Amino acid sequence: MTRLTLSKALNEGLRRSLEADPKVMIMGEDVGRLGGVFRVTDGLQKDFGEHRVVDTPLAESGIVGTAIGLALRGYRPVCEIQFDGFVFPATDQIVSQLAKMHYRSQGRVKLPVVIRIPFGGGIGAVEHHSESPEVFFAHTAGLRVVACADAAEAFAMIQLAIASDDPVIFFEPKRRYWDKGEVDTAAPLEAALPLEAARTVLAGDDVTLLSYGPLVRTCAEAAIAAREDGRSVEVIDLRSLSPLDMETIAASVARTGRCVVAHEAPVYAGLGAEVAARVTERCFYHLEAPVLRVGGFATPYPPARMEDHYLPDLDRILDAVDRSFAF
Amino acid sequence: MTVETGGATTVAPQDSELIQLLTPEGERNDNPDYPLGDVDLKGMYRDMVLVRRLDTEAIALQRQGELGIWASLLGQEAAQIGSGRALSPNDMAFPSYREHGVAWCRGLDPVRLLELFRGVTNGAWDPEEHKFHLYTIVIGDQTLHATGYAMGIQRDTAEDEAVIVYFGDGATSQGDVSEAFAWASVFNAPVVFFCQNNQYAISAPQERQSRVPLYHRARGFGFPGVRVDGNDVLACYAVTEQALRAAHEGQGPTLIEAFTYRMGAHTTTDDPTRYRLASELEAWRLRDPIERVRSYLARTGQANSAFFDEVEAEARELGARIRTACRELPDPPPLAVFDHVQVGANAILDAERAEYEAYLSGFEEAAK
Repeated sequence: MTRLTLSKALNEGLRRSLEADPKVMIMGEDVGRLGGVFRVTDGLQKDFGEHRVVDTPLAESGIVGTAIGLALRGYRPVCEIQFDGFVFPATDQIVSQLAKMHYRSQGRVKLPVVIRIPFGGGIGAVEHHSESPEVFFAHTAGLRVVACADAAEAFAMIQLAIASDDPVIFFEPKRRYWDKGEVDTAAPLEAALPLEAARTVLAGDDVTLLSYGPLVRTCAEAAIAAREDGRSVEVIDLRSLSPLDMETIAASVARTGRCVVAHEAPVYAGLGAEVAARVTERCFYHLEAPVLRVGGFATPYPPARMEDHYLPDLDRILDAVDRSFAF
Repeated sequence: MTVETGGATTVAPQDSELIQLLTPEGERNDNPDYPLGDVDLKGMYRDMVLVRRLDTEAIALQRQGELGIWASLLGQEAAQIGSGRALSPNDMAFPSYREHGVAWCRGLDPVRLLELFRGVTNGAWDPEEHKFHLYTIVIGDQTLHATGYAMGIQRDTAEDEAVIVYFGDGATSQGDVSEAFAWASVFNAPVVFFCQNNQYAISAPQERQSRVPLYHRARGFGFPGVRVDGNDVLACYAVTEQALRAAHEGQGPTLIEAFTYRMGAHTTTDDPTRYRLASELEAWRLRDPIERVRSYLARTGQANSAFFDEVEAEARELGARIRTACRELPDPPPLAVFDHVQVGANAILDAERAEYEAYLSGFEEAAK
C-alpha cells in the first residue's frame, strides 16, 4: 500500500497502461512538458517520449477527432480535456463519431478512446471550470461514462477504462485531486472491481445514499454524521454512470426502503432522474418514501463566491435524508 | 470564363492557376510540373462511365422508392476516379458521403453503398479491407479522423502509406477542417486534403464559404495548396499522385482543390432550380469529364467504337445487377436495432432488448 493523492494515483495508473501496451497514447493540451494543469500526466512525456505523450494544438474537437483516427489505426489514445466546460467544442466528435462508429460499422470498427475530464466545482474557479456535464454523455448510446471518487478507485479505474474496447468518458473529481488515499499499486488489474459495477462505500440499513465523483466523500461524511441521529445510511458510489449498475442499486434500496441521490450537476433532467425512475420501477413496493434528489440548481454554475450555495454539502444531503424519513 | 449564378457570380479560376492536362475539347496540355507516365486512360474512361451508370441507377431506384435518398456524384466522376486511381493499395481513403467513384476505385461493391441509402445499414463495410473508411455524413468530421490516422502512420513509421480525405467546398467553413489543417501542418502528417469544390453546399454558392480561392487556405496553414480542373481525370490523377508522393516522402500535407460542378441535385430531396440557372448548368455541361476523354481517345485512335460499345454494355450489366441486388436487400430483423452498440456488455441495453423481444412475441401469441 502506498499513500497517494488522487492525481498521483491517476498518474500511476496511466504509467501502468503506457508500460503495458505500446499502443496507449496520451494527448491533450499541456499534458507533456507541463504534465497537465493538474499534473495528472506529470513526467510521462519525459519517460515515454513525445510520440506517446502528445502536446496538441489548442482545439478540443481536434484532440478527439484525431484520437478517433489514431484508434482507427490501432492506437488507444487517452485524451485530456483540460476542464469540464471545454468539452463542448468536442461534443460533435464524441457524440456523432466516437459513440456511433461501432454501431455504424456493425462491430467492425472499435474505438478504444478514453476522454479524461476533470469535473465539478469547489475550487473557486472562473466560469466554465466547475461544471458537471456527465449527463450529456450518459444520454449518448455507445459511450461508457464513469466517475472515480478516490485515489484507489482512480488508479484502478483509469487502467480499466484504457483496457476497455469501448470509448469511455472518464470523469475525475477535480476538487479531490489533492485528497490522499491508500493505493495498492501492486494489485493486479484483474482483481479490481469491474468498470460497470457500483461499489458500497459504507453499509447501512435505513436509507440508500447514491452518489459519484466528488460527492462520494461528502456522502460518506454525511452518513457518519447521521449515525448521531441513530440513522444507518448505506452509501453507494455509482462509479459507472452509463450503464448504471441497477442490480447493486436495487438490492440496496429493496433492503433500506429509502433512496436519496446526490450529484453536483443540476437536479433537473440529471442522472438522479434516471436513477429515481428506475428505482421506482424496480423497488416500488419496497419504497417507504419517494426517491429524493439533491444537487445543483437549474441555473448555470454560479460565480465562485456563490458556489457554496450551489454545491450540495453535508447539510443539504442530510436534509434530503431527513426529508426521506418525513414520509 | 464567368458563369452567372442565381444572384451571384462564380468566376472560374484563371488558367494560370488551374492545373489542366486535358481540355474540355479533349486536347492534351503538357505541364512540366505534372509529367504523365503510362496512364490507363481507357480504364479511367471505363470507371467514369460505370460510376455514372451507378449514379443514374441509384437515382432511379430512389424515385421508385427502393432507396430513401441518394447523393448524386454526376459531374464529379473525374475528380473521384482520377484521385482514387492515384492511391496505392496501402493508402487509406476517408470519404464524405458522395465518393461513390472513390469507393469504386477501392473495390467496394456499390451495393454496399445502396444499403446505406436504402436504410438497411449505416454503411457497414470493413474500412480496413478496402482501405476505405465509412461514409461520414456530418460535414468535415472525417478530416480529423484522416489526420489522426496519418499520425498513426507516422508512429508506425510506415513510409509506403499515406491518407487522402475527401470533403467539399462547404466543409471548408467547418471548424474541424481548419483544425485538421492545423494538426496536419504542425505534425507534418502524411495526408492529402482533397476538396471537391462542386460550387454548392446544397444551395449556398462557394463565395458564401470563402472570399479567397479555397486552395489558398493551405498557405495560411503552412503547406502547399493546388487547384486542379476537377473535370479533368488526367490532371486529378497527376496532382493527387504527386501530393501522395510528397506525403510518402515525409513532406507532409497538401490541399488539392478540384474545381468541378455538381451537375445534379445535392441529393434526391433537393431542387436546384431554386438556386441556380439553367444557363450555368449548360456552361458546365460543355466541360463534361467523360466526353472530353471519349473525344481524346477517339481522335487519337486509342479507342475505337468497339471499345466504347463494350463499356456501354458493361454499364448496362452493372445497372441491371444493381437494380436486382438493391430490391433483394432484406430489411434487418427487428432485434438487430440493438446489435453492436458497444463491444462490452451493457445490462441496461440487454434488458431493453429482452423487453422488446417479449413485447413482439406478445403479438405472435395473439395471432395464434
